[in-house]
Amino acid sequence: MSDPLLSADGLACVRGGRLVFEGLSFALAPGEALLLRGPNGAGKSSLLRLLAGFLAPGAGALWWHGRPVLADAAEHRARLHLIGHSNAIKGALTVRENLRFAVAIAGAPATLLERALAGFELTALGDVPAAYLSAGQQRRLALARLLAASRPLWLLDEPDAGLDAANRAHLTRAVAAHRAAGGIAVIATHRDLGLAAPQVLELAA
Amino acid sequence: MSAAFAAIVRRDLRLGLRRGAGSLQPLLFFVIALALFPLGVGPAAEVLERIGVGVIWVLALLAVMLSLDRLYQGDAEDGSLDLLGLGALPLELVALAKCAAHWLTSGFLLVLVSPLLAILMQLPPEALGPIALALLLGTPTLILIGSIGAALMIGARRGSALLALLVLPLYVPVLIFGVSAVEGEVMGLGGRAQFLILGAMLLAALALAPFATAAALRLALE
Repeated sequence: MSDPLLSADGLACVRGGRLVFEGLSFALAPGEALLLRGPNGAGKSSLLRLLAGFLAPGAGALWWHGRPVLADAAEHRARLHLIGHSNAIKGALTVRENLRFAVAIAGAPATLLERALAGFELTALGDVPAAYLSAGQQRRLALARLLAASRPLWLLDEPDAGLDAANRAHLTRAVAAHRAAGGIAVIATHRDLGLAAPQVLELAA
Repeated sequence: MSAAFAAIVRRDLRLGLRRGAGSLQPLLFFVIALALFPLGVGPAAEVLERIGVGVIWVLALLAVMLSLDRLYQGDAEDGSLDLLGLGALPLELVALAKCAAHWLTSGFLLVLVSPLLAILMQLPPEALGPIALALLLGTPTLILIGSIGAALMIGARRGSALLALLVLPLYVPVLIFGVSAVEGEVMGLGGRAQFLILGAMLLAALALAPFATAAALRLALE
């Protein structure tokens, strides 16, 4: 196994005075995936926000390439995608405009935009206002951001919510391609996404 | 980085445009509320002229404030705030970009119609220029100060009343110097000093408000 890219040691999370979890440790080498499992309220989303640098850990440390993540928060947030529960989509903008905005905000060139749309079968919907999309289509638009700007760390919170079987397969393929390119994915999900040899982290309620 | 800044401004303007009349609310409120005054206090020129500058300023203040509670709320609700928080642009500049777009769709329009409304309030012709200039310097300050409150109110239900309590006291200096700048010009006393103070307040708000707003946004992102 090569050196870990993202590693955590004894992470604890306190929200609103309540201890959500403590003593979490893991190490992910390039190309590895981590599945977060656990009942509702076990802290899966909190852990993802913590990994994104939005939330400071109550205890423990987080490293990227052996350097503490919080030492340079700006650098850290530029290397990750976070797909949360909400899709971050503006209904008044078209599918393509939404994606173009996400790419511009990420500071990435727009060269991968059409490929990203095609990756989740959104090309035909490109000029449709996002408000007219179904819940599953909106989820796909959110996921297309992963492909539109290339970043090494994917943090996905229930990414398959609302997806049909065909698009779940697209998601699985996208994660596999990301891992093959040396990326890391941390995924909170209740379902089996068919990922090859993921690490699994069980969070207790 | 400047591309990301422009992308935020462009997106917010586009969203405002597509919402149509919704985004013109501050302007419509300003115009309609002002039009009520000649009806309420009577059309006598001397009364309107006496209260005109103050009324225009107070209504501009309220118009700006009423539109502020949606400044970050929409982005927080649909998850766009996460996107902005992970973007290439520091949150301080995100706040500045949002304020710039918001000013273009609210404060700037108030500046454009203010001479017309000054005529409605029977103000003398020499007041038209100064009132537009005062609003041009004052409304961005109002939005920048209000942006701090709007960011703090993210997630608070029925936050607009609380926002008013939080922000209106901070608007007092802008109101005082805004009114006295225009009245100084009209009375021939000169309003140069007051205009300079308005400009100074704008610069201070430009320098400080983005940092305070970004701190509040970081809290909302937790």
